Amino acid sequence: MKSLCAKFAAKLAAQGIAPERGPDAPLIGGLDAELTWNREDPRTSLLSGLFDRLSINSLVFVRPAEPYRTILDFLASRNPNAIRPEDTETRTFLHDIPVCREFALSAMTGLLERRKVIVLPGRGIVSCGTVSPEQGFVSVSSAIFSTFVLFFSDYLNRARRNALDDEYIKTFSRVVRLLPEPRQIPPALAQGPFRDEESVVSAMAEAGRKVVGFGLVDSFFGNISYLLNGTIYISQTGSSLDELNGCIDPCPLDGSSTNGLTASSELTAHEDIYRRSRYDCILHGHPKFSVIMSMDCERVDCPSRGRCHLDCPECRTVDGVPVVPGEVGTGPTGLCHTLPPAMAANGAALVHGHGLFTSGEKDFNAPFARLLEIENRCRELYFERLSEYV
Amino acid sequence: MDELFGRTGKVLHIDLTSGKAMAEYPDDAVYDAFIGGRGLAGHYLRPFADREYSAPELPLLIFTGPLTGTDSPTSGRGSIVSRSPLTGAMCDGSIGGGLPTRLKKAGYDGLVITGRGSVPCGIEIDDNDVRVVETSLWGQDTDAVLHALEKRLPEDTSLACIGPAAENGSLLASVAVDHRHGGVRGGLGLIWAAKNLKYLTVRGTGDVPVHDPDALAQANEAIVRLTMASPVLMGRHGFSRWGTPALLDLMNSRRMLPTDNFQKTYFEHGAKVNASALAALCEPRDHGCLGCHIHCRKIARDGRSLPGFEALAHFTALIGNDDPETAMAGVDLCGRLGLDPVSAGSVLACLREISGKDYSGKTLLSALREMAEGGDSGQGAAHVAQVCHRPETAMTVKGMELPAYDPRGGYGLALAYAVSTRGGCHQRAFPLSHEVLRKPVATDRFSFSGKARIVKIAEDTLAAADSINACRLIFLAAGLEEYAKALTAVTGKDWSAQSLLETGERITVNERRMNTANGFGAADDDLPARFFTEPGTPGGGIEIPPIDREAFLQARHNYYVVRGLDKNGAATPETLQRLGLDG
Ligand code: SF4
Repeated sequence: MKSLCAKFAAKLAAQGIAPERGPDAPLIGGLDAELTWNREDPRTSLLSGLFDRLSINSLVFVRPAEPYRTILDFLASRNPNAIRPEDTETRTFLHDIPVCREFALSAMTGLLERRKVIVLPGRGIVSCGTVSPEQGFVSVSSAIFSTFVLFFSDYLNRARRNALDDEYIKTFSRVVRLLPEPRQIPPALAQGPFRDEESVVSAMAEAGRKVVGFGLVDSFFGNISYLLNGTIYISQTGSSLDELNGCIDPCPLDGSSTNGLTASSELTAHEDIYRRSRYDCILHGHPKFSVIMSMDCERVDCPSRGRCHLDCPECRTVDGVPVVPGEVGTGPTGLCHTLPPAMAANGAALVHGHGLFTSGEKDFNAPFARLLEIENRCRELYFERLSEYV
Repeated sequence: MDELFGRTGKVLHIDLTSGKAMAEYPDDAVYDAFIGGRGLAGHYLRPFADREYSAPELPLLIFTGPLTGTDSPTSGRGSIVSRSPLTGAMCDGSIGGGLPTRLKKAGYDGLVITGRGSVPCGIEIDDNDVRVVETSLWGQDTDAVLHALEKRLPEDTSLACIGPAAENGSLLASVAVDHRHGGVRGGLGLIWAAKNLKYLTVRGTGDVPVHDPDALAQANEAIVRLTMASPVLMGRHGFSRWGTPALLDLMNSRRMLPTDNFQKTYFEHGAKVNASALAALCEPRDHGCLGCHIHCRKIARDGRSLPGFEALAHFTALIGNDDPETAMAGVDLCGRLGLDPVSAGSVLACLREISGKDYSGKTLLSALREMAEGGDSGQGAAHVAQVCHRPETAMTVKGMELPAYDPRGGYGLALAYAVSTRGGCHQRAFPLSHEVLRKPVATDRFSFSGKARIVKIAEDTLAAADSINACRLIFLAAGLEEYAKALTAVTGKDWSAQSLLETGERITVNERRMNTANGFGAADDDLPARFFTEPGTPGGGIEIPPIDREAFLQARHNYYVVRGLDKNGAATPETLQRLGLDG
């Protein structure tokens, strides 16, 4: 347990969500017969009480690093009860993020009884797991991602409606100053075509590590696949793209095996993209500005408002890259219906509120470069659009 | 009386000795403490849990839950509960089809069936009209009984019955529900036979009122969205498309498919009998329980049900059979004879190991008929192994035959099997979820680290799920967080994931205290020796060593600690008091 707690503390630091050391470094507790923490801290005595009151086996407490700290505290100040992002991750998994005003057991327990993650303004963010500290890590990271997207989306929308106030403007400019510089040069990845399973798996693992390293996906989101001799090699559901060894499933396109039971929920979409196109590989990340721009729409009076992610009636693009609606998975409003035609025609597509897919032939160099280029372009575009209003 | 939500407030007691039915209106506190389904039935079982299966006062309990009959996804389910004739432990079977929904719509949260008919009888419920009738169907197989009843009764009637296996005293006797939705283990069919009860029919036309339909719609939307995002349930390789046999390839590739009576963990002919091969053979169509959008049941073109994963695996890998048609025929015969196919397959495997003889299609079917005649083989694997002086060949826990997941391939599974209140059952804690299917996140399947607490929380979760009566499968996608919202919307009472877990804990400990009273202790919370001494089949970069006995015992000790049990696995007085079970 202790080593798992340490592992996910290190991952939070590596993702820039929390500092690696010092008083704001993550605090992670794990309970089997006994409770252990990744490090000593006076707050563990209070947090330990949550293990007595909740049916959990792990807990993650993080005071986020900048700019997330500023974003969270600001959104919590504007939303006294709960923050409600509208990206896919929140819609599907988090539902909303309750705000807890007191660092007190009963207040935190009451909210954590119902939700995976809560925010304590000025103090941090808490999440629990029933199986592994990884759950807390995933929830915290999702909340950080979702609130980032919400903050920027909301700012642009308000700017458009002329509804910004001084505090928002001040906070926004502080957050923008704290944003890291975008990476410009894509890495040199293994060159294909790959002829055997071993080289496919190692090329996928390499590409996955780089996508995470470039901040184009938080490590457990996204997916990646390669088509070799009629079999799709695809990352497993919920796998971390920076830890793909042993987490890639071979799924024959002819349906002769159901090994893909643990494959990414987007296997169906990948299959159909391959069926419709000449591509050999697909990368899917959740770059933040791509997601923000996929949700930005100027038609304030659109009758589909609120249901954009399900049935946007427009043929929208972000600088030529199509934006399609669609939920995770295979339901009637699933992205498996909308994504494949868009990808087959363009080689890249954005799914509303969800993320960016790119594809390529032979190896991951071209799709990686495209992923990076589109994200950087979306970032520029965001500020270009904003400048039209402020 | 105020309008009730999520329950009818009425439990029907039927005494087969007198043929009389009487309604009881339990207190709110009973519903609050045990919810419904498996939990509420456990409450009714406890005062009589030490009775022999043949005792007229031992109740046969059929219960629905607060979500049964509502729009909440996969909630058309219910529980059959009693003391297992096979194991002597408490036992429940989750049932689907339309029967639980119709029982609730007829106005009953549950049935408490006691007594013994002087002649073979059936119970026929048509809303308020409850009749115990004499029947001439005794001796008929389940298909014949259900067809005969279908001919006579309105189309919207649900049906359950037992077959010859129960009538002949087999401890492996199951219950057929709406043809394809039995799957009841532990010999619970034998309780029906002991009461001279051949069948139950239910027609219900009432409404199940919902407190806040809009809030339920919202909760449902979140649950359905999660289901749609689940590769296991709705993906191209998932249960919705292939049924649960979709698990076969995965279990095989993870080197945890029990083969040759658990002597191996890889079946080299897996591709000949997997879901895809079965579909090519049978050209199945989809089928599901009332109110379910997943439709994990599949029906062959010739009308036979396709086996679920556990039955398929036991009629192929476990007995060294690479012919899917033989497996289909075997499982179909089990259905007609009213035998639990998982236990039956395990007995076949045990006999094969002892005799060294393979089955042909013909010898397989005759072995099953023998089992249903109630001889030694019909008394279960532990009995067969004992009378053959080869007790080590019985792959059972607490006398219940293990299903098709090898515990050397998942240490949470190993612990869950051992401590399950039902015996050899993977469903109490379903560790496969995180050890293989990566939900909610993946855990290291070859480690006991953290598993005690994980198993405890999962047991509580699934006890709550079985009591609100949502299908266990949907918990591979949604969680109690989402179902608490549905339950709150339906009942108007405020539920949270945590309060459901606390109730699930009470339900589980209530079952454990019944087992303790029946003499079950730490020695019964254990696995067959084979798993600690023999390795599984390595391959694909995976080694399957025997389970470290000391590490297992430490994990079991940890489980006792986190569950609030003493060294012998009995709930401590403090635990009972904390859960309000000390009365
Ligand atoms: S998933 Fe299968 S067993 Fe569960 S409710 Fe649906 S059809 Fe019934």
